[in-house]
Amino acid sequence: MLAPGDVGQRAWIEARPWRVAAARQETSDTVTLDLTPSGAFAFLPGQFNMLSVPGVGEVPISISGDPADDGHVLHTIRDVGAVTRALCALRAGQRAGVRGPYGTDWPLAAAAGGDLLIIAGGIGLPPLRPALYQALAQRDRFGRVILLYGARTPDDLLFPAELARWRARSDVDVEVTVDTADRNWRGNVGVVPNLVDRVLFDPRAATAFVVGPEIMMRFTVRALLAAGVADDRVYLSMERNMQCAVALCGHCQLGPFLICRDGPVFRYRRLDRWLGIREL
Amino acid sequence: MPPIPEPVLRGHPFFAGLDPSHLDLLARHASGVAFTDGAFLFREGQPAETFFLINGGSVALEVAAPGRGPVVIQTIGDGEVAGFSWLLEPHRWEFDGRAIGAVAAVRVDGAGLRAKCTADPLLGYELMRRFARLATRRLQATRMQILDVYGHAGTR
Repeated sequence: MLAPGDVGQRAWIEARPWRVAAARQETSDTVTLDLTPSGAFAFLPGQFNMLSVPGVGEVPISISGDPADDGHVLHTIRDVGAVTRALCALRAGQRAGVRGPYGTDWPLAAAAGGDLLIIAGGIGLPPLRPALYQALAQRDRFGRVILLYGARTPDDLLFPAELARWRARSDVDVEVTVDTADRNWRGNVGVVPNLVDRVLFDPRAATAFVVGPEIMMRFTVRALLAAGVADDRVYLSMERNMQCAVALCGHCQLGPFLICRDGPVFRYRRLDRWLGIREL
Repeated sequence: MPPIPEPVLRGHPFFAGLDPSHLDLLARHASGVAFTDGAFLFREGQPAETFFLINGGSVALEVAAPGRGPVVIQTIGDGEVAGFSWLLEPHRWEFDGRAIGAVAAVRVDGAGLRAKCTADPLLGYELMRRFARLATRRLQATRMQILDVYGHAGTR
């Protein structure tokens, strides 16, 4: 396993073919690929791989599995375009091109000693799941561990069985919400930022990891800051048009940062100024 | 139901920091209520002369959509407030409010409170400020829901 912070700029490497051990349909448009590495592989929570399908293209996909499980490298992929559609169509026995891991990791060590809020919207849960696995594996290092998660509808919720297991634990607070639902849904309807006020935590020593659509993250950060969480204890995982993953092409530039090299996980305080510039 | 003592209202987040004399007055217009799973706290189109402080359980705000059945547009949880319609004309509920599970709440007589607000502008202003903040928060949430932020996840 990699040590926290053992990331940074990586040299360009050729993609290697990894075998699909299993493909699990999570929702109508989202699939988790269980990939078997072609050699030794370790990653840190928050990192991503570049996944490719020959003749179609390559995309960055966060690793969504347990860092302690080195035989199964999971990627949860939403079908939104040609490459992701080709990846979602892969079946057991087929192969995907993989290079990585890339990017910065969730600073779990910095969060130790206080409450940890893991806040996800939509396809933002998979990049956070490895952090939650690791936090639960080291449960006594944290105060409260809180998962706030939102999706479009109940059918769009990822990992429902796992959500139920986490909810059943006495040492994790789980709040789930959806944007819209019919009467069969007995959970919450509303937006993720409004969940922040519904959970008990000590904002003076709390750390928040947030992933989701940028609008959701912006409003969630406002709710966290209003609750008293310091802006240097809020971390976001950013997405831009990432292409090379090794700081060569510049497509994923955000202000002075290249998301692939300096991110995807950023301290909010570093990003604040740049997120406010509409042209970026 | 017996009237609600002032400390119960003071302990509700919506009334945090309210002047004790105003809390005392509110307590005289409040009573404890309980609803079983699926019971309606209020129905769309009915006269709205009350609002509810939720003290346990949650309430689904629903709107009937032809061909789709009831659609839940928001859930109001423990420590939150259900009901603006008592405050502004025509004083009719805009949505159905249905209990999800057992709900404990404080029901406040809005019609009586309106008269008190007219007589005591400080109370009226303070309540209006709190309900305006609540309405703004709900409006922002609704805007985010309309934006359908999860529906736009890139193109690759």
